[in-house]
Amino acid sequence: MAVRSKTFRESYYEDIKLFQTVWIRAWILLFLVALVTLPLWGNPYMIYLMNLSCVAAVAALGLNLLTGFTGQISLGHAAFVAIGAYGTAILSSRFGLPFWICVPASGVMAAIVGFGVGIPCLRLKGLYLAMATMAFGVVVDFVVITWTKMTRGVRGINVARVEIFGYSLDSDHKIYYFLLILTVLAVLAMKNLIRTRVGRAFIAIRDRDIAAEIMGVDITSYKVMSFTISSFFAGIAGAMYSYTMGYIHPEHFTLLLSIQYLAMIIVGGLGTILGSIFGAVFIVLVPELIKSLSQLLTFLVPAMAGKYDEEWNIAAFGLLIMIFLIFEPAGLNGIWGRIKTSFKNWPYTY
Amino acid sequence: MQLFASGIAVGCLYALIALGFVLIIKATDILNFAHGEIIMISALICYFLMAKYHFSFLPAVIITVVIAAIMGVLTERLVLRPMLGEPIFAVVMITIGLSIFLRSLAGITFGHDNYVFPSPFPKEPISLAGVTLSMTQIWVMVSTAVLVVLFFIFFKYSRMGLAMRGTANNQETALLMGISTKRVFAMVWGIAFVTAAIAGISLANVMVVNIGLTFVSISAFPAVILGGLESIPGAIIGGLAIGVIENLAGGYLDQMIGGGVKDVTPFVVLFLILMFKPYGLFGKEEIERV
Repeated sequence: MAVRSKTFRESYYEDIKLFQTVWIRAWILLFLVALVTLPLWGNPYMIYLMNLSCVAAVAALGLNLLTGFTGQISLGHAAFVAIGAYGTAILSSRFGLPFWICVPASGVMAAIVGFGVGIPCLRLKGLYLAMATMAFGVVVDFVVITWTKMTRGVRGINVARVEIFGYSLDSDHKIYYFLLILTVLAVLAMKNLIRTRVGRAFIAIRDRDIAAEIMGVDITSYKVMSFTISSFFAGIAGAMYSYTMGYIHPEHFTLLLSIQYLAMIIVGGLGTILGSIFGAVFIVLVPELIKSLSQLLTFLVPAMAGKYDEEWNIAAFGLLIMIFLIFEPAGLNGIWGRIKTSFKNWPYTY
Repeated sequence: MQLFASGIAVGCLYALIALGFVLIIKATDILNFAHGEIIMISALICYFLMAKYHFSFLPAVIITVVIAAIMGVLTERLVLRPMLGEPIFAVVMITIGLSIFLRSLAGITFGHDNYVFPSPFPKEPISLAGVTLSMTQIWVMVSTAVLVVLFFIFFKYSRMGLAMRGTANNQETALLMGISTKRVFAMVWGIAFVTAAIAGISLANVMVVNIGLTFVSISAFPAVILGGLESIPGAIIGGLAIGVIENLAGGYLDQMIGGGVKDVTPFVVLFLILMFKPYGLFGKEEIERV
């Protein structure tokens, strides 16, 4: 067998193939098998964390499409997630609709709102866009709290469980597969989207919008499209969130959540699909890491006992964003890529 | 009329906060999302100096201002200098990261309780031509006015002020003229944080002191945008206008929709401004034909 060189492709088709080599296909298969059999060997807490990661990964994928691929900063992603979550909650508990209507409906609802927000935001760039989306987030939060007739305001709202053929998915174990399937679908959809003309147009807009326009990319419609698709993903993530939690509250969808999503894509790697997943899992695991670290500290320094609270997590998010931006702008995905190449090229350094 | 006057008083605060934003944007083209945290932290520091360590008002203010200036210089040196030349997205994100980091750090050190600031001003309100204002509000207005005049003189006549304006205008030219832009940046961050500290102390006099003070600065964004990102007079006028609009909307619409209108109005206004006049009233327009 010939020695495979690093990035040598013979045709364009090869470059845009979904899974590029036999090895990648094999690893992905192995990984999927591990995920599918997780309930057999994992403990319940692990499954709970996996559920959270799935929800976060779908939302992060959406945000990465808008911010990482198209280059538009959004500080209002949590608002779209909130729209999806409340959409599902209201449709399922008030109107008793089944999940296969609720989930797409929530996505479409968020997408319609995203479309509406996207059009005025087209004129804005960078800082201005960040502020506009942040303002939008605050307004949505206000609407959710005030429109008590529909959302029950600060009392929160219960969500009916997913039912498949009369079989209710009412525990973390049972809903795990439901979330996993949706996540895999979302990843596949995103991977496919990026390798089409549309995906390339998004990347062109990010790299240089004027050049993109000259090359025949209609900036206006593509930006709106990016906004809409991103909100669609957020809406789906919201639906998944409310099914997982069974109860939602306006407090869950503040500016902090938007910042968390941004932290995910920055830590994971901007403009990469693998990065969104890495980032989502990592940010979900950060509180656990800190908890065990603080236990270790308590063990070493008894005076630290009981000092741990939620604030440490948030401080860690802030610190992580700063550290990654300064020292590793390519994110976890960049680190992963470097490890991979160094294995591939062993014993040469590059 | 009463609503209008108290609107002006709130507006002065917004103007003071907006001033801090605009200073940084003007010199370095960075919107500092962590501004609100500095406001909150300096209010808390001032409170603790007075309540725990029994300083009187003036020394406490001076110490707080000095601490804020040091924090500003440190922030520039540690967080923002590595980001020189990075895309705008990275710079925005790093200040956001800084902001949530500082906020939770403040939560850890100072706790989440509400404190009532031992205000040095007399409590009884003053009536003037049918308008009632508290002594504190008048002091806020006066201090804003004094600060604005001071800044005006500083930028217009002092050597450092001239250097700052030069840097804001064109960094490379300023470098060629022998201005140390690094020093200018550090100075700008220091000064901006000092205005934040003063805004924080004034706010502490009007409101309950707690972690939530940061939200006030987010409400000052609309003021910055309305005035145009880079204009100091714009920031002042924008602040006053947002204060008045917010109070009028709160006064008239609250009965119709139910509470909370006052808090969202600035954001609705922000959204509208961005839609119709994205560069604000006095901002410089960036013309790009695409």
